[in-house]
Amino acid sequence: MMPTQTNLKVDGWLEAVDRLAAGRLTLLSLWADAPDVKMALLDETSGAVSIVGYHCRNGQYPSVGVKHPPAIRLERAIRDLHKLEAIGASDTRPWIKHTPAPYAFLPADGEALHQIAVGPVHAGIIEPGHFRFTANGEFLVRLEARLGYVHRGIEASMAGAPLDKAAMFAARASGDSTVAYGIAFALAAETALGIAAPPRAVFLRALMAELERLANHFGDIGAICNDASFSLMHAQCGILRELTLRAANDCFGHRLMMDIAVPGGVARDIAADGAAALRVLLAEVRRVFPQLIELYDNTASLQDRTVTTGIVKPEYARQFGAGGFVVRASARGVDARRLPGYAPYGDLRFDVPVLTAGDVNARVWIRIREVEQSLTLVEQIIAALPQGDLRIDLPVRGGEGLALTEAFRGDVLVWLRVGEDGRVARCHLRDASWFQWPLLETAVEGNIVADFPLCNKSFNCSYAGHDL
Amino acid sequence: MRKTMIESLLRGPLTEPPPPVDDTALAELAASVNNAARARLGRSLSIRHVDAGSCNGCELELHALSNAFYDLERFGLRFVASPRHADVLTVTGPVTVNMREALLRTYEAMPDPKWVVAIGGCAADGGLFAGGAAVVGGVKDVLPVDLTIRGCPPSPRQLLAGLLALLKV
Repeated sequence: MMPTQTNLKVDGWLEAVDRLAAGRLTLLSLWADAPDVKMALLDETSGAVSIVGYHCRNGQYPSVGVKHPPAIRLERAIRDLHKLEAIGASDTRPWIKHTPAPYAFLPADGEALHQIAVGPVHAGIIEPGHFRFTANGEFLVRLEARLGYVHRGIEASMAGAPLDKAAMFAARASGDSTVAYGIAFALAAETALGIAAPPRAVFLRALMAELERLANHFGDIGAICNDASFSLMHAQCGILRELTLRAANDCFGHRLMMDIAVPGGVARDIAADGAAALRVLLAEVRRVFPQLIELYDNTASLQDRTVTTGIVKPEYARQFGAGGFVVRASARGVDARRLPGYAPYGDLRFDVPVLTAGDVNARVWIRIREVEQSLTLVEQIIAALPQGDLRIDLPVRGGEGLALTEAFRGDVLVWLRVGEDGRVARCHLRDASWFQWPLLETAVEGNIVADFPLCNKSFNCSYAGHDL
Repeated sequence: MRKTMIESLLRGPLTEPPPPVDDTALAELAASVNNAARARLGRSLSIRHVDAGSCNGCELELHALSNAFYDLERFGLRFVASPRHADVLTVTGPVTVNMREALLRTYEAMPDPKWVVAIGGCAADGGLFAGGAAVVGGVKDVLPVDLTIRGCPPSPRQLLAGLLALLKV
């Protein structure tokens, strides 16, 4: 999609900030295209996406974050990576680029408070990040995350790269969402070049995206239960995850389906016996999964850990304009497959489940319901898979494109400017985690320290996708 | 719960026979693992994992090693929560500038003798990110590496074939 683009003077920029702060617009992202800064904005009532730009003078622009907190970390990242300064910003600490100076964590005042520092290296096989807890005995009064440890310089590396190589960087923004990133980058590139992928490629992309969603949701449901020491669910969900990855491998020759959704289409066709492998998978999941749901729902000791734990308030979910199961469990029914929407989902039937409790349990249930939806989507896609070309050649010309896709954890945004030489001039990636990490900090307040792993796993935010 | 457990028992194990041990891995390790250390460790190794800049793809497959199909622990290999309990350090990702210090400290916290396994194309030599300003390079640019398991990401079978070499040297 190529939204309307407006270059604003100070007044117009500040007016857009006011509309964000008033909740009339949703901030999709804020990034630097030096010497400009740009914001992608969504009007949730009309579904219209727009981009506004501001030309920085002396490397400065009026702060968005000072009035609209979801922009604070984006501004800090822009300052670290592009040296553009948000004037009036309330938080000017570094974010993505770490410095040797001690990091000033936000204070918490009160009696008998102590701090617990965790990370960047954690006890499990997980990504690195630092969590600073302030607690009174067992109870958390404040959590602040410090991220940036897995900053690999993806956006900088993409600049100047040909589109096929840049697509490989996008596919490695967050390995668990490699398909969603691959599709988002491909859609942005295709918009920029004024082309469209062939119908068969569009359907195969959606097939891979739903398989990726299934595999991740199985993994998450099991892992959340495991963090409540209920290993039986973990083992059983692990089997379903493995079967899904094996089916993906049978279909596309790669368990995570990396580098298959590419600009212009898909890099390979589904294997001849792929549809059969998927039908076997669907049958097995439909046989086993209902029993696991029952097991989850009927185990009181497990419910005791997940119900009323780590509540995300709907007003925060709304204010941060966040996506994914995190907010769908808190009354916010957004899904990029629906709004703004992209092919082929307009031709497919699916529900976007929404719950209101906002706790760990609700986030588990959203995943359960989404597994059921993805199963029917896989079925519909196999049945409707069009014949025809897999990929078209890319013309060499410049242009701009924006794309939003729905990864398993929420919306992925890619904004791309292609130079006249057909290479990437500037690409910006924004993971759903950018707006979910701050919600995690709100959700753990008043919970006990021992429930943090449970809260964290139920969010399963990306570190790599955020740090880039 | 009972129903699920009984069904699992009746179905029999899903666990698959191990893949043949990776020959290149064996040759690579023969140089770094001496017999004395081998005798001291027996057939049991504790592994500490550090993500030093991975996209998380390698972690997903490392996790899979503990599922019912691969069941890593049956070989005496297990992941532990502290470097102080570990014999082997597995590292993924190009080592980022921001993770270099944490990786070094984790390595230093491990008791001797210890081995380092670089996992995935990025850990091998920086992969796609080699030469980038935000990364130091591959793991070997920071720590002495005893074994490299390539792949993007390596499949659980490839991981298993490489890690089993640690026990066969």
